[in-house]
Amino acid sequence: MRWLLKGGRLVVPGQGIDAVRDVLLDNGWVRSLDYQGDASGLDILDVRGMVVSPGFVDVHTHLREPGFEYKETIATGTRSAAAGGFTTVCCMPNTNPVIDNASVVQFVQSKAIGAGPVRVLPMGAVTRGMKQDSLAELGEMAEAGVSAFTDDAFPVQSAHLMRTAMQYATIFDLPVVTHCEDKTLTAGASMHEGYISTILGLKGMPRTAEEIQVARNILLAEETACRLHVAHISTRRSVEMVREARRRGIPVTAEACPHHFSLTDRAVAGEEPGHSGQPYDTNCKMNPPLRTVDDIEAVIEGLADGVISCIATDHAPHAAEEKDAEFGLAPFGIVGLETALAVGITYLVNTRRLELSNLIRLLTIGAAEVICSPNCPAGLGDLFDGARADITVFDPTDEWKVVPQALLSRSKNTPYSGHLLTGRTKYVFAGGEMVVREGLALLQTGQ
Amino acid sequence: MLNESHMLGLRHTSLEDIRLILDTAESMGEILTREIKKVPILRGRSVVTLFYEPSTRTRTSFETAAKVMSADVSSISAASSSIVKGESLRDTVLTLKSIGMSALIIRHSQSGAPEQASRVAGCPVINAGDGFNEHPTQGLLDMLTIRKHLGRIEGLKVAIVGDILHSRVARSNLWGLSHMGAEVRLVGPPTLIPPDIQCAGARVFRSLDEALEGVDVVNVLRIQKERQEAGLFPSLREYSRLYGINERRLRAAVPGCIVLHPGPMNRGVEIDPEVADGPRSVITEQVANGVAIRMALLYLLLGGRPTDALAA
Repeated sequence: MRWLLKGGRLVVPGQGIDAVRDVLLDNGWVRSLDYQGDASGLDILDVRGMVVSPGFVDVHTHLREPGFEYKETIATGTRSAAAGGFTTVCCMPNTNPVIDNASVVQFVQSKAIGAGPVRVLPMGAVTRGMKQDSLAELGEMAEAGVSAFTDDAFPVQSAHLMRTAMQYATIFDLPVVTHCEDKTLTAGASMHEGYISTILGLKGMPRTAEEIQVARNILLAEETACRLHVAHISTRRSVEMVREARRRGIPVTAEACPHHFSLTDRAVAGEEPGHSGQPYDTNCKMNPPLRTVDDIEAVIEGLADGVISCIATDHAPHAAEEKDAEFGLAPFGIVGLETALAVGITYLVNTRRLELSNLIRLLTIGAAEVICSPNCPAGLGDLFDGARADITVFDPTDEWKVVPQALLSRSKNTPYSGHLLTGRTKYVFAGGEMVVREGLALLQTGQ
Repeated sequence: MLNESHMLGLRHTSLEDIRLILDTAESMGEILTREIKKVPILRGRSVVTLFYEPSTRTRTSFETAAKVMSADVSSISAASSSIVKGESLRDTVLTLKSIGMSALIIRHSQSGAPEQASRVAGCPVINAGDGFNEHPTQGLLDMLTIRKHLGRIEGLKVAIVGDILHSRVARSNLWGLSHMGAEVRLVGPPTLIPPDIQCAGARVFRSLDEALEGVDVVNVLRIQKERQEAGLFPSLREYSRLYGINERRLRAAVPGCIVLHPGPMNRGVEIDPEVADGPRSVITEQVANGVAIRMALLYLLLGGRPTDALAA
């Protein structure tokens, strides 16, 4: 099969390309990023007006399998990823059993291969069973191919244990990804602490709960020289601390989630400007929580000046019956794979805060650089002649309304229900195979 | 008629609705002074109280209000229902809806639960207290008590004293009194003051003496032992020393100042017995006014017109 992607705007930040180019794919391989030859005999995709980009990379996805298949499976999660333009996802280890040893890593890897061509790079737990007692066997997991170690969802509270983990992780030169939260400041809390938590009578999480651990982990990264990746950064001071740390040469990267640059805590009250909704909507409950306009501003500044390396979804599916609960009792998390691109275009590009090419950098090579190691494929997030085709083609002007039931994730817990967003995936090639065509995911996967 | 079909909180309740409820409650109060306290105005209506938290006075008050108006009352407690078997709030409410109810009165430890219940109940829902959010009927009965004693609410200075952070009573008072044009002062240890509450228009004090300067009303909140156990203040003894209301401290208030307390009281901790039983205390009247407020609300939410109540 020889595809010619004809007339699209090719944006490849890793190669400095941003121009209208025809792209030739030959049996799943990139043959030319600037094809000017004879088109006869080629299967032509007319992608005029569309953007052709490397496939997106998400360094923060919860695929829920094994253990929580009623929320998501590797099959449904990767299908959701493909529909959102992601050809590589890093899955989090808070499964049951926890991804804390090679056999679970291998289980996820083999399931992913069976599920389809979207690449799944598991992350391994920092502590055994994520119980924060003792280190998991990081070496065994590194050998099995994990892309990073993370305590996501169960942030390591002991500074000693974190320091030990970071010292030890330097053997493998893999990043340690941290959810930064001092649990002593967030017990019983379910949203950002501020005026909105006050008027809703909900216990709030202060910004300092995140910032104290960002500060601690940066200090530990400096001391241990371990690669630190700050997951889902959400406050102004956190962004400033990462900025300062990077300026000082400490090996720190950070990611931001789409909801942390598009929605504020007012959404929890159903009073987000322009999007009136119901108060106590549990689809606005995630951790870190939705913050304020000033925090959004800082996150966007961080995305614009490169302090934040990538956009990650923190795709966290939960079943309807779990989210249909009292706000304080509902689980944290929202799905995000299928809305990330559109939220980026709507809230970053169309607001003229970021160039489109910069958004693509954040979704592709910026993310790949965070997890870059021998355990990740060379050229991830990039495109060049001879590369395996991981390509996302999207229409940056297509306006669509988010309908939760239409999402391909098994769970529908999105805070963007009914929102009009701009930008939609049209074609996706993953591992050389076309998996999305004219906006429709082609994967036939088991439910 | 009320503008809203539920009573979930006073934050979004209009001035017009608050006035209508207070006026109607004054009429209802007259029924409560009769020898035979029974009128048929809600005959054939079924009122359900669904309580996920223990309560004596609020529940009894609601049930009395409903019974005085001849409604049938069903009482459900979390401890003795399918809720202990893990039934969700939504399913519980849907079940009650299918059995048939004219109004649902709900108390819940989680903020927002009555709001969520109102989306599926198919009938008027009254919030009888949710988490730290609101306790609107308490706010209304406090306002009724103030208005009866001082003749007005607008322009009054009202100090709310104590654990504002964990108090739904404080929030409903703040919203209601602010709508009605009173100046609301909040005072308590900074560890028990909710963040950014001044954005709601309240003045926040750390010093009790400053807060009480020239106030017309002092609303004393119950201090819960568990807050001390959580380390939010050192001891009940010290709390009482700094924020306990006694006659000496009330000298800063205006001479005709009244003292409210939503109950149950910790005598000798947040309120001195001398004050609780003294001439300024209107605490027992609050309880009586509570029945009238709840009658008014049930009546108005179930479609009654204010004038009919008078004739009843």
